[in-house]
Amino acid sequence: MLKIKNLKASIEDKEILKGINLEIKPGEVHAIMGPNGSGKSTFANVIAGREEYEMTDGSIELDGEEISELDPEERAHRGVFLSFQYPVEIPGVSVTNFMKTAINETRKAQGKDEMPAKDMLKLIREKSELLEIDRKFLSRSLNEGFSGGEKKRNEIFQMAMLEPKLSILDETDSGLDIDALRIVANGVNKLKSKDNATVVITHYQRLLDYIVPDYVHVLYKGRIVKSGGKELAHELEERGYDWIKEEVDA
Amino acid sequence: MSKYTEEELKKELETKEYEYGFYTDIESDTIPVGLNEDVIKLISQKKNEPQWMTDWRLEAYKAFKDMVEPEWANVHYKKPDLQAISYYSAPNKKPKYESLDEVDPELLETFNKLGISLDEQKKLAGVAVDIVMDSVSVATTFKETLAEKGIIFCSISEAIQEHPELVKKYIGTVVPQKDNYYAALNSAVFSDGSFCYIPKGVRCPMELSTYFRINQAGTGQFERTLVIADEGSYVSYLEGCTAPSRDENQLHAAVVELIALDDAEIKYSTVQNWFPGDKEGKGGVFNFVTKRGLCEKNAKISWTQVETGSAVTWKYPSCVLKGDNSIGEFYSIAVTNNFQQADTGTKMVHLGKNTKSTIISKGISAGKSQNSYRGLVHVSPRAANARNFSQCDSLLMGNECGAHTFPYIENKNSSSRIEHEATTSKIGEDQIFYCNQRGIDTEKAIALIVNGFSKEVLNKLPMEFAVEAQKLLEISLEGSVG
Repeated sequence: MLKIKNLKASIEDKEILKGINLEIKPGEVHAIMGPNGSGKSTFANVIAGREEYEMTDGSIELDGEEISELDPEERAHRGVFLSFQYPVEIPGVSVTNFMKTAINETRKAQGKDEMPAKDMLKLIREKSELLEIDRKFLSRSLNEGFSGGEKKRNEIFQMAMLEPKLSILDETDSGLDIDALRIVANGVNKLKSKDNATVVITHYQRLLDYIVPDYVHVLYKGRIVKSGGKELAHELEERGYDWIKEEVDA
Repeated sequence: MSKYTEEELKKELETKEYEYGFYTDIESDTIPVGLNEDVIKLISQKKNEPQWMTDWRLEAYKAFKDMVEPEWANVHYKKPDLQAISYYSAPNKKPKYESLDEVDPELLETFNKLGISLDEQKKLAGVAVDIVMDSVSVATTFKETLAEKGIIFCSISEAIQEHPELVKKYIGTVVPQKDNYYAALNSAVFSDGSFCYIPKGVRCPMELSTYFRINQAGTGQFERTLVIADEGSYVSYLEGCTAPSRDENQLHAAVVELIALDDAEIKYSTVQNWFPGDKEGKGGVFNFVTKRGLCEKNAKISWTQVETGSAVTWKYPSCVLKGDNSIGEFYSIAVTNNFQQADTGTKMVHLGKNTKSTIISKGISAGKSQNSYRGLVHVSPRAANARNFSQCDSLLMGNECGAHTFPYIENKNSSSRIEHEATTSKIGEDQIFYCNQRGIDTEKAIALIVNGFSKEVLNKLPMEFAVEAQKLLEISLEGSVG
């Protein structure tokens, strides 16, 4: 589904990603771990197409199509979803209205008609039940005054609504207490299917107790320096990142 | 390839328009340029007005001659030469175009974006229309319904002929002839406008909007509006049009007077979309308007405005809360883009006891524009327990525009309570990227953010108009980023 080759990217002329290779197949869950400043968030933003990050080399293929020249919204239309580490507030725009706009803009780009209000309502009901979201929550202004847990749950709700092919969860566990973490992780697990793929970016192992990855990659100084199965995450939890740093820096 | 031919077609159309403009000039009944007593008498005479009206105009002109153009507003422009304007031009009956195919495609595209029906597009663009056109029959039905309730709704010229006692009693009572420079000019030379009277205890059964929009096309440069809500009556009145008004008249100086007698309520909504000038800031309408309402006992006046057009706007819809327990409200969205300048706000004058006022102002600036809120809250010594709440929010797009807030508070009664809140924010790249990532392109994202920002005010507009106003905000800010 996603094929990344020799991906290099910089921000303000500082090279952050120094050649990343990664292949993700449908139905898989990949975790990307690494110490602070290793380039995890940059990786997420570059795939989503954020302008401030300049991709200097390599390729990003989604279903065999090169997407690195596409605008962020075009990538979204092709099924790329990013759950933000810090979701932004948009005052006066309700969660429902925001989702309606997002879905209809995507449908428009795909040459489809707007979703009929009846279907939209049904979808909202279905997904909010799936994620145990109070309907009142959906009429509130997007992320305005939301708690950390509500913001992250809202991200997963949007993911459920948009049904992306590739979801990238950027530090979804940061700022969550254990209960919120469990709810969010349950949501992600419920949305998993054989046709979509998930990339979980995290600093800590604890999220991976709930969202169990097929593969774990360690990102350090802009490169994937180690890959393995879920046991690698446990090893990192026990031993920290230092041994990896030593291995690489040696 | 097709683009090339489209360009050519457009050029051709422009030339055609010019040709038409030339002939129209010859055919219309226009008096020579210039402003003096004879011109005013001539206007009055051409409109077949009674002597008292002529005298009233002359009185206004006398006052006007001694006045100077105000310069306190935070706007900069070349003062219009008032002697270079022709103050009377009879409405031209001849349609400008024979079919929609002849109209500037850009204009039509905007109409389509606004969701305006084909028939209405024709009317607005000045295309010949079939007499059985839907909207005309709708208008007739409206008129009949209104007449049954005793509601008078007509042009001010017609009112001067048909209901002189009402006009004579109320005109100039809220905005006196010598109120200010442009109000005095308007009083002397006003061409036409609207008149509305709601009898005692009558609740106007419909928003005076659809009707008004149809009849609005082609009103003059110096409009005069007078709305009287008699005791215990209610009316919701909508002025203006979301459709772009391309007018060669540079100066527009309107006066609107509202009178809400005891227990009456007037809701007055405006959508203003005059030509703002091109992207370089050339051309564009100067909109210098005086709007004021008078509230008697327990009365309520509510102004809602969406201002997106004009090169220079200078406008302060105000309420004089004369009667005890009266209420004044002002809800405003002002959008400026490119080189537009707006200095707008309100005055709430609390004279009666227990009077209340609310001000919600939303300013949105983009491009190189300047957007100012200017508001006065005045509480007189006898206005015990007066209450005011003001909220002024500014939204900036880019680094070259400006937002300014000038709140004035004059409080002469210690039992009053006045609250003022102000915020300034900027549309952030992170907000836009967030929307982009959800599949919403930048232009739509800005529209979404702006609509969210303006929601409190949009909610005050009559339903069907709120939808159009939202689209209008979108169109006004097109191309303002990136």
